[in-house]
Amino acid sequence: MPDTSPHLSGRAPQIRAVHIRARDWGWRHAGRHNQAVSRLDLQIEPGERVLLLGASGAGKSTLVHALAGVLGDAEDGDETGSLLIDGRPAAEARGRVGLVLQDPDSQVVLARIGDDVAFGCENLAVPRADIWPRVRQALAEVGLDLSLDHPTSSLSGGQKQRLALAGVLAMRPGLLLLDEPTANLEPGGVIEVRDAVVRSLDHSGATFVVIEHRVEVWQDVVDRVIVLDPSGGVLADGPTREILSSQGERLAQAGVWVPALPPRFPVRHPMRASQTLLRAEGLQVGRVPFGRRTACVVADGINLGLRAGTATVVTGPNGAGKSTLALTLAGLLRPAGGALRASDEFADGIPAEPHRWRSKQLLTRIGTVFQDPEHQFLAATVRDDLLIGPRALGLSVAEQTGRVDELMHRLRLDHLADANPFTLSGGEKRRMSVATVLATRPRLLVLDEPTFGQDSRTWQELVTLLAELLDEGTALVAVTHDAQFVSALADEEYRLGAPDAIRLGAGAL
Amino acid sequence: MSLLTPTIRPSVVARLNPVAKLAVALIVSCALLLSIDWVSAGVALLLEVGLLLWCGLSARQFWLRTAPVWIAAPMASITTVLYGEDSGALLWQFGFISVTEGSAQLGLAIGLRVLAIGLPGIVLLATTDPTDLADGLAQVVRLPARFVLGGLAGLRLVGMFIEDWHSLTLARRARGVGDGGGLRGAARRFFGPAFSLLVISVRRGSKLATAMEARGFGSDEPRTWARESRFRVADAVLVSIGFAITGIAIGVAVRAETWSFILA
Repeated sequence: MPDTSPHLSGRAPQIRAVHIRARDWGWRHAGRHNQAVSRLDLQIEPGERVLLLGASGAGKSTLVHALAGVLGDAEDGDETGSLLIDGRPAAEARGRVGLVLQDPDSQVVLARIGDDVAFGCENLAVPRADIWPRVRQALAEVGLDLSLDHPTSSLSGGQKQRLALAGVLAMRPGLLLLDEPTANLEPGGVIEVRDAVVRSLDHSGATFVVIEHRVEVWQDVVDRVIVLDPSGGVLADGPTREILSSQGERLAQAGVWVPALPPRFPVRHPMRASQTLLRAEGLQVGRVPFGRRTACVVADGINLGLRAGTATVVTGPNGAGKSTLALTLAGLLRPAGGALRASDEFADGIPAEPHRWRSKQLLTRIGTVFQDPEHQFLAATVRDDLLIGPRALGLSVAEQTGRVDELMHRLRLDHLADANPFTLSGGEKRRMSVATVLATRPRLLVLDEPTFGQDSRTWQELVTLLAELLDEGTALVAVTHDAQFVSALADEEYRLGAPDAIRLGAGAL
Repeated sequence: MSLLTPTIRPSVVARLNPVAKLAVALIVSCALLLSIDWVSAGVALLLEVGLLLWCGLSARQFWLRTAPVWIAAPMASITTVLYGEDSGALLWQFGFISVTEGSAQLGLAIGLRVLAIGLPGIVLLATTDPTDLADGLAQVVRLPARFVLGGLAGLRLVGMFIEDWHSLTLARRARGVGDGGGLRGAARRFFGPAFSLLVISVRRGSKLATAMEARGFGSDEPRTWARESRFRVADAVLVSIGFAITGIAIGVAVRAETWSFILA
């Protein structure tokens, strides 16, 4: 580690904001039939702050990747027209453009935060003596007040995104691009990242383009909104307020979260008296770390009853053990202590402790929707994957196909029956992961952050479907950070406290 | 503490350039692989112990880290004694198992060799930060930056494999295919998630590559290095010690007439 003293002198970095010009620009990814973007004509002046909107598949990400020069060459796709940054092709504007992507985990390059921020400067051949002052300044701008050799692996999602932002800011780009930078963050992390961006833009005056479904987060930061048309070109372009009021309806239809048009909450018909299916008493939950035999307890003293037709939400800060609790309630992890017992009627002739049930016995009792849908996918096509549960139950072929067809129709997956689950869009993957669980009609549903990063349309469909299941008597428990989800569905809220210092110490070993 | 940011106690060895440490480990192991005799391995091991005392590992850390070698060495040794090529006087026989003077000597030679090659390698790893090693490989050995940094960044994904594997196995249980099916079921339960893990890792790797490219990585333009990696006098001394150990070990073995060049 170099030992030069911090250089936070007030002299603003010499940044020239970028000018963007698209002329009849288009891109088709190699191997795809349809254009990702076509007939795009667009001009963005230096220092403008733009929110880029459009339905999923309108080519927002493609445009932003092209501006960042990471779309690849002729082997990766066909380009038409021209996309110019300061009058030169975007691919040649190396170092003038900085890009922050959606997934916090896949943008960390090096093991220590100082090294990670320095990475971009090194690639631009910034002299060593200039790198470290830049690193310190960038970290100060994003408000990451940690030592330079702090391990990147111990950062939260919001901190990782601010680290990625610092890595980009240290390169002093004239254009800052963000591709859904806050979609995978909890509400606190979203504000952290947004404020860091605003601070740095006020400081540098760089041109700014952000893609984000949640308009609310950025509407006061940007001064212009551009809406891309999925069939090519620009659908609407103008001042933020104007576009949101004239195009609001259409954008909301396309899944954009327009603040003036929130999704409707479903009408619930709660059951009057309902029986408890699963009861936790003094439950301790924890995971067995890799290579060890005893579990590290992350939460204890949990008393909870899950009742038919009732939605229970589990909330609390990061690291409080919410996901671990969900997996334990789902019968997937063995409780670290205390009791978790199913009612006699729910267990229906098998032992009362869910973790002792066989895999097949879980199917009709407890269904689990994982935070990352990809972890649940087992087969090569959507249809085959949905058939796995019903087949494991030994249902008749007619019953199997009946259930699966109905679910695919209900969750708008019909046209994807032969697609590989891994190739679906984010919203489609979420709907698919819910469908796989519903195919065996479990009486208790466990969901881990079901609405994370979803557009408003998928959100609405999901909440409506869950409300129907509740009215039919399904019990539901969901771990969530989503305040709207809580307002729309929750009958009971269980709040897990912040982990205390001792527990954190034990968990970090 | 993790794979990529190990807690390393300050010590003489920890301050040395990782490239010098890697060189010593390579020199010693290459030389010891040229012959199978107990004298050269024994001498090398004896001399290495002198070096290892300077490595700055606590006794507990040392035994924990090197445990695999201490287990592997006697195992390799015993197997060779029992089943190795027989020569010389027969010492003991039971069925097809026969212990001769030749196989006993061979066993000892192999056991000592595993220790003499394994110990410096492990101590090198335990006192080296992967980032520093990458800096050294790129700046001192001048390996291509693309290769070295790509490897280093990829190493970070290994930690995520373990998390993913855990979730994948839980998800299989939740989906009704987590148990049963006998041996075939067990095989399916291993290969199924292994394939998903492959898909998930490849995607994660390509996302990381895009993020790195977006930060100007991978072009043919020259790059600078924020952390300087220098090959100092102390590093040269360490490498000479490595050569000295090898030279002495081979010299003694040749003098004792036990050296047997494997290619001869």
